[in-house]
Amino acid sequence: MFESTSHEDRAGQATQRLHLMVCAGTGCVSNNSMKVKAALEEELAKHDLTREIKVVATGCNGFCGVGPLLLVQPDGILYQKLKPSQIPALVEEHLVKGRPVEKHMYHPPEGEQPVPLMNDIPFFKKQVLITLRNRGLIDPENIDDYIARDGYQALAKMLTQLTPEQVVEEVKASALRGRGGGGFPTGVKWETCRNAHSEDGAKYVICNADEGDPGAFMDRSIIEGNPHSVIEGMLIGAYAIGATRGYIYVRLEYPLALKRFQLALEQARAYGLLGEKILGTDFNLDIEVHRGAGAFVCGEATALMASIEGRVGEPRAKYVHTVERGLWNRPSCLNNVETWANVPLIIREGAKWFTKLGTGDVSENPWGGSKGTKVFSLAGKVNNTGLVEVPMGITLREIIYDIGGGIQDGKKFKAVQTGGPSGGCLPERLLDVDILDLEVDFDTLVKAGSMMGSGGMVVMAEDDCMIDVARYFIEFLMGESCGKCTPCREGLRNMAKILKRICDGEGRESDIELLEELGHAMMDGSLCGLGTSAPNPVISTIRYFRDEFEAHIRDKKCPAGVCRELVEYSIDSDRCNGCTLCAQACPARAIVGEQKQVHAVEQTHCTKCGACYDACNFHAVIRN
Amino acid sequence: MKLTVDKLAQLRDELQAQKAAREGEARAQVTVHMGTCGISAGAREVMNALLDALRERQITDVRVTTSGCAGLCSSEPMATVQIRDAAPVKYVDLSASKIIRVLDEHVLGGQVVKEFALAVGSERIA
Ligand SMILES: Cc1cc2nc3c(=O)[nH]c(=O)nc-3n(C[C@H](O)[C@H](O)[C@H](O)COP(=O)(O)O)c2cc1C
Repeated sequence: MFESTSHEDRAGQATQRLHLMVCAGTGCVSNNSMKVKAALEEELAKHDLTREIKVVATGCNGFCGVGPLLLVQPDGILYQKLKPSQIPALVEEHLVKGRPVEKHMYHPPEGEQPVPLMNDIPFFKKQVLITLRNRGLIDPENIDDYIARDGYQALAKMLTQLTPEQVVEEVKASALRGRGGGGFPTGVKWETCRNAHSEDGAKYVICNADEGDPGAFMDRSIIEGNPHSVIEGMLIGAYAIGATRGYIYVRLEYPLALKRFQLALEQARAYGLLGEKILGTDFNLDIEVHRGAGAFVCGEATALMASIEGRVGEPRAKYVHTVERGLWNRPSCLNNVETWANVPLIIREGAKWFTKLGTGDVSENPWGGSKGTKVFSLAGKVNNTGLVEVPMGITLREIIYDIGGGIQDGKKFKAVQTGGPSGGCLPERLLDVDILDLEVDFDTLVKAGSMMGSGGMVVMAEDDCMIDVARYFIEFLMGESCGKCTPCREGLRNMAKILKRICDGEGRESDIELLEELGHAMMDGSLCGLGTSAPNPVISTIRYFRDEFEAHIRDKKCPAGVCRELVEYSIDSDRCNGCTLCAQACPARAIVGEQKQVHAVEQTHCTKCGACYDACNFHAVIRN
Repeated sequence: MKLTVDKLAQLRDELQAQKAAREGEARAQVTVHMGTCGISAGAREVMNALLDALRERQITDVRVTTSGCAGLCSSEPMATVQIRDAAPVKYVDLSASKIIRVLDEHVLGGQVVKEFALAVGSERIA
């Protein structure tokens, strides 16, 4: 049972002059941040500092590439890549003697000077936080921390000042669009659901926390760092729609998110923020968590609802929408985690405030633009990988170069993949414009041939093979297709087969056309969004990287040097000085040659791993 | 405890102290110099007395930090008081009772305690 901190404790806490915010997001935890936290507590006890310094475990900070992270508040100093063994010296220097320790601060890739303050680090500077506004500042396992930062104030405002219709109008006016992939206007969905008839009055609000896109962790971080914002959003939605019960559908692979949700629900119930007579009014709602079994397709609305009902998680055709007949055939409103998390601030600050950020004109209709922010998980060949929240309309250049710190090892930017597995790859130049100047929102991405999806963003460099990337996504989707409809099931299987033979050097002249034909059949004939969007990675790659396809098929070459069957390593006898580094690096012992003599690759033994290529300091290893 | 709309507002207000401490919304900052010299001269007791006094007075918007030796080892324990928008003031040869006078008269009362003050405006604290 959750016990709130007593009044006396609260007064006592207040005078703890320093708060050490240790990141307890999944990334940092797997890098031992809980051991760092234990070491901090031990050292503070040793120095008798526990009365004046408090250690707090927070949600994901976003700068996952350099964890474990420690933010010292209120100073705002960020330490990175901490090891438990470094803590005694750090406590002694910074916390006892007041001398911040430079060597654990962020060092920019090109700069000499460390950057002490978190908000001066370029990764954080350009971000605008709405759904992640409490990140690193609250303990997600303590509801009081959320309330201290105005949590549940939107709920209170709504219950005392707004009718359900006014809430619907406010969300419509905010032009909030679903963050789960489709970008459907949330207010419009709520209105339809509110107006839908239910035979026995039952209606449901559901949170989609299935987050199946590989490499995506926006929703997980929101839940782990700020679970109450999702719950408050669902309470507001339920009031607006007239829902009687809520469900949160969390994937099985998110144990920490699950635990935080359960704790948060328990604490909200104890405070009377969930259950009957919420905040002493006549509004009732309870929410329960349902664990999914980790199938990608269960993120799709109808499959998700089937799964909650205890049936096989397969989609159905949507002649009748789920807002009319969803869970147990009752009107149901399904929104994504990030969508729900935006709602409390819209109600608290107003639609006007929300529409100040973003693109387009939404005064006539919510499809007129993209408002607010979007959280992206930035991955691939950038220096700073992690989770970022940026205003709609920010350019790709700002995301990749300012926030992401540019391409790793000074390599050349080649493409960016957005929208998750069924998104698209955008090339460096598109119709004579530099793709980096693209202002990112729902509509510009679709126009360019990709989509926003749920916010995956994978950056690729010159050494990434686009065919190989497309093949990766198609193989993922093939494994996740539920098999109910033929176009998706067979289409993906055949696409995967064709892509494999192209990568293996056995591509046929007609393969590009065949892939296109298959793709269009899948788009036309599949039952759900999985099948209709699955061809995107292939179709967009053919559109923008046709020459790379042709190089594989006609010349049997992989320009990026990734597809093993198509590359051959050899040694340039003019450049080789016989230093033996390549031979030492070769795990297959395929390189022969005496010290100070020219070396050679024995092709029969070579596994084409490329270790020699990376090891040579004289550019003597040639990749063809 | 079941909250009502009013009790939620009250709880939020009670929690502002912690938020202010964590997020640094402060009207003043007191820096206790905690170099080896400061600690051996009794900076720890000065710090403890200051924190206790703040707690007793339920003051939540005064930030207390530490820093290294200020270069005047013979005058330790030392502390620097910076009120928002005013030049910092350094105090020397402090004790538990002296820091409480500094707190009451300068930090809370706005009057520099001239008897223990070293210099005004000698440096800036961010
Ligand atoms: C195959 C497939 C998988 C999906 N997976 C997710 C998911 O993991 N999370 C999610 O929020 N939406 C997912 N969606 C979209 C949902 O069907 C639905 O549109 C969304 O949850 C609605 O919420 P929103 O309007 O707030 O975005 C998926 C759709 C398809 C077709």
